[in-house]
Amino acid sequence: MHDHAKSPLKTYFAVWGALLLGTFLTYRVAFIDLGVFNPVVALVIATTKALLVALFFMHLINASERLLKLVVASTIFFLLILLTLTLTDYVSRPWTIAS
Amino acid sequence: MSDSQTVVPTSSHDDVHSPALLHHFATEEQQKDASNLGMWIFLATEVMFFGGLFCAYLIYRRWYFGDFAAASASITVWLGALNTAVLICSSLTVVLAIWAAQTSQRALLLLMLALTMLFGLAFLGIKGIEYKQKFDEHHVPGATFSFDHEEIPSQPGHYANPQHAQIFFALYFIMTGLHALHMIVGLGIFSWLFWMAWKGRFTPEYHTPLEIGGLYWHFVDIVWIYLFPLLYLIDRHS
Repeated sequence: MHDHAKSPLKTYFAVWGALLLGTFLTYRVAFIDLGVFNPVVALVIATTKALLVALFFMHLINASERLLKLVVASTIFFLLILLTLTLTDYVSRPWTIAS
Repeated sequence: MSDSQTVVPTSSHDDVHSPALLHHFATEEQQKDASNLGMWIFLATEVMFFGGLFCAYLIYRRWYFGDFAAASASITVWLGALNTAVLICSSLTVVLAIWAAQTSQRALLLLMLALTMLFGLAFLGIKGIEYKQKFDEHHVPGATFSFDHEEIPSQPGHYANPQHAQIFFALYFIMTGLHALHMIVGLGIFSWLFWMAWKGRFTPEYHTPLEIGGLYWHFVDIVWIYLFPLLYLIDRHS
């Protein structure tokens, strides 16, 4: 499992740097007017950061067990069912609550 | 059918193997994979747990976007950004702790576990400062809640509906509060890991508790990675 030949430290520090950079970017971009793309950019950066943590810090990139991959894939799948099916309902309703 | 009775052998093993290997596992690798899988299944339930809250947030944000933007603008944004950086640093110290265990560096392992807890405490302290501001400003949902004459960022001259803003703050406190609760649980887990490491329980062959505890810590970090832009950075550019 663990490759003792080469140290993982380089990867860890690179991921750490990328995560801090991502945080700085999210912060700065939020103050620039991108119209409808502001939340899109914020979520793309957040998802990139989450993937970096999951793949390199939680070692999913080295995962060999198929059962583990299935659990992770079904987690994402069921989360997407929860979010997309609920939101397609709310987004497509002909009426809206007056704000 | 009828319940099957499992007889648990009370006698200890005479086999020569690691004392960490439990008798119902064939190999240490299998035992580690089982622990790992169990943790990921737990994290799957946690994703759905937080997912429901994120879903509620998205629905209300869509309905009351202006009010949410006004309420979000009242939070001190740099405290949230600082806390994001603090958690990212704590995730680094967690992987460094596991690396230290893999390379038999006990002092480094203890240092990294201590630093992780320190970052965790710093996160909660900063969160506490933020919560105090919200209490002082009467932005906590309840009888004393007040959010009058707060302009909607994208619509100058228009004021946020306090009741809608209250929904934002309810979601803000539930989501960050639940996250903070996970941080407190994480600090408990890491105190125990520190104690185990202090007693020299972790070796390059056996350090599964560190990896499992680490998975939990990183998961809590990932939740915050989404909470920060969603709660603190709504329509900040207006």
